Amino acid sequence: MADFFRNLRNKEGFKSVISSILCILAGILVGFIVMVILALTNENLRVGDAFYGLSILLGGPFSSGTAMYIRTNLGDMIFYSGPLIMTGVSVAIAYKTGLFNIGAAGQFLMGTMGSLLVALNINTTGKPGLGVLVWFLALLVGCLFGMLWGAIPGLFKAFFNVNEVIVCIMTNWIAANIVSWVFGTMPSLINTGAGKSGYLITTAATGNGTPKVGLDKLFAGSYIDLGILLAIALAIIMSVILTKTVFGYELRACGANKYGARYAGMNEKKNIVLSMAIAGGLAAIGGAIYYLNPGIEFKFDSAYGKLPDYGFNGIPAALLGSSNPVAVIFVGLFIRFLNIGGDNLTSAGFNKYIADIIIALIIYFAGFSKLFRDLLFKRRKAAAAPAEPEALPEKKAEPIPETGTGDDAVIPEETPPVIPEEAEMVIPEDFSENTGKEDGEQ
Amino acid sequence: MIFLLQKTLIYAAPLLIVALAGMFAERSGIINLALEGEMIFGAFIGAIMARIFLNNEILTGNIQLFFVIILLIAGVSGGIFSILLSISAVKLKADQTIGGTALNMLAPAIVNAFALSLFNSEKVQMPANFGGYVIKNPELPALLQIFGDKAYISTYIIVIMFIVLSVWIYKTRTGLRLRSCGEHPQAAASVGINVFKMRYLGTTISGFLAGVGGYTYIATVANGTAESSVGGMGFLALAIMIFGNWKPLGIALGALLFGFLKCIGPVSSSIEFLQKLGLPMYFYNIIPYLVVLIVLALTAKKSGCPKAEGIPYDKGMR
Repeated sequence: MADFFRNLRNKEGFKSVISSILCILAGILVGFIVMVILALTNENLRVGDAFYGLSILLGGPFSSGTAMYIRTNLGDMIFYSGPLIMTGVSVAIAYKTGLFNIGAAGQFLMGTMGSLLVALNINTTGKPGLGVLVWFLALLVGCLFGMLWGAIPGLFKAFFNVNEVIVCIMTNWIAANIVSWVFGTMPSLINTGAGKSGYLITTAATGNGTPKVGLDKLFAGSYIDLGILLAIALAIIMSVILTKTVFGYELRACGANKYGARYAGMNEKKNIVLSMAIAGGLAAIGGAIYYLNPGIEFKFDSAYGKLPDYGFNGIPAALLGSSNPVAVIFVGLFIRFLNIGGDNLTSAGFNKYIADIIIALIIYFAGFSKLFRDLLFKRRKAAAAPAEPEALPEKKAEPIPETGTGDDAVIPEETPPVIPEEAEMVIPEDFSENTGKEDGEQ
Repeated sequence: MIFLLQKTLIYAAPLLIVALAGMFAERSGIINLALEGEMIFGAFIGAIMARIFLNNEILTGNIQLFFVIILLIAGVSGGIFSILLSISAVKLKADQTIGGTALNMLAPAIVNAFALSLFNSEKVQMPANFGGYVIKNPELPALLQIFGDKAYISTYIIVIMFIVLSVWIYKTRTGLRLRSCGEHPQAAASVGINVFKMRYLGTTISGFLAGVGGYTYIATVANGTAESSVGGMGFLALAIMIFGNWKPLGIALGALLFGFLKCIGPVSSSIEFLQKLGLPMYFYNIIPYLVVLIVLALTAKKSGCPKAEGIPYDKGMR
């Protein structure tokens, strides 16, 4: 039994989970402090309300009151996490190839545009079978739009050596303007109902909405549809592609060291473009599954002025899931869980943005999860086996900045101890940490 | 035309200073993705202080001095906010992208939460007498009108700061040390430079400048409304910095070019030959982004990106 626990403690996965839980706890703790500060600065609130608020927040959809509301909110939570998972996986795939896809917002919009152009222009009311077909076509067109849009930063990076971050930012705003422009020229798609200004009609009007596949019975009254299942399936497929195929290996190799990949005979230019195209396609599917839902309206007239939050929230989702597509599924659900809890917070006198603060703090702490990990495991291990050469093989082999993190297969994060016993005596345990002084190395 | 150039200056000023902010952080070796967040936070604190000052009639006699003081307060709060980034990125060797992203989420969340709690609104709107600091000199000759009429004192301050800091980072000992930490921190450490100190300095200056830029943005471009967004200005500044190849002159050029192109759209209706073309607003909106992309593709050159940017400093590494 003791052996079992010792083995468990040395497992990488276990360490990651524990340090993630610590990040979450730290985030919630600081978030609670923020709530106390808010309670102190607002005369309508007492400090005790912060405790009540925290319990509401952590209850997520389960603190929605009656069973009916809980069911609806649970369904909504799952629905809203679908697009988030997609943009998260999009950022993760690019990150694995050493690219920072900050352009998910533009790709998301392009996917929205492509899919809505198909789904709203073809009317299949009354023909459910055909509706599903058109829905699928719309999804594909959206995905294609996103892939083409995502390929642009990839092409610039591969052939002009232009930083993908700047191209992504530029293409985001170009996409936002194109979307407003294109839909502005199509009066037949604009909702002219009373009190509606700048909205498109929904897929409910043309009968091409995402199929509900019975999920709406399970979660009555919520938006939930097939989209979430599609998102989960795609995340798993991407994970398999990344870890089990030659193509995925090449992508990760390019991310770990593009010069090394080129030296090994891989076409790193092709991989950069393909990776960005796939990332674009995934973010676009996020946009498609969100707006193809029959209940969601797209406000096109102000789209040019503000990029969709989904695009940027993909970044934290990917980072918190350490760029592992399957982990992003859980992160996406978790973020939405907190968001729904935040929405319920108004009943406690706080506002929903507390949830955003806590999510941001969790991501902040996730940045130094390695520190948590070291604090937890390194000391104990050092006591058990005094000469653990952990400090030596710091994963710093990559010469390219920005690409350095998050790859575990090509350069294992914690290299197994290959240094002979004698070497360990020479290297002090805290080698990399005695940074207080000014003297140079060795 | 004069109107267009005046607008260009107003729009380019925050872009200029925030892009310089990005440069300071990156030259010291820290990727400051949090520019947007620092702008939002600095602008928010500045706006709150401005309201407090106005309500208590502090400094309201001299509106220009009032503006400058608030600008400094916004800068300092941006700098303080950036310490969150430098603690994680410099001392704790965390991933700088994660830290920056977290701050970009944290700032709007804090602004929304506190604004809603304190003012019952997600926006902090300045009082009506707030806009009194626009400098008006309509009797100046045409050329000087570009700089002297309908201008803001923040533009002058930003230009002076920009020049002083650009000279500082290139011509002084500390500036050289700061830059060396972004290129090869181990080599810098070997000649006795404290890499941590330099990186803290670079990031904090960066946060200060971003805060100044953030308040300038809300006070000039956004008509005195502080909210949880600065219109993607921080990311744009990041792009301008890359466009300028991490060099002040390039940044200045990029900011002015971008500002100019960005302002064609709003004034197109008052310029006769553009009006005749009858192009939609969206077309003009796209132009600046498109031009930047084309210029970048044509001038594809060796990137001036600091070599050690984004890599936590590790003494033991060579």
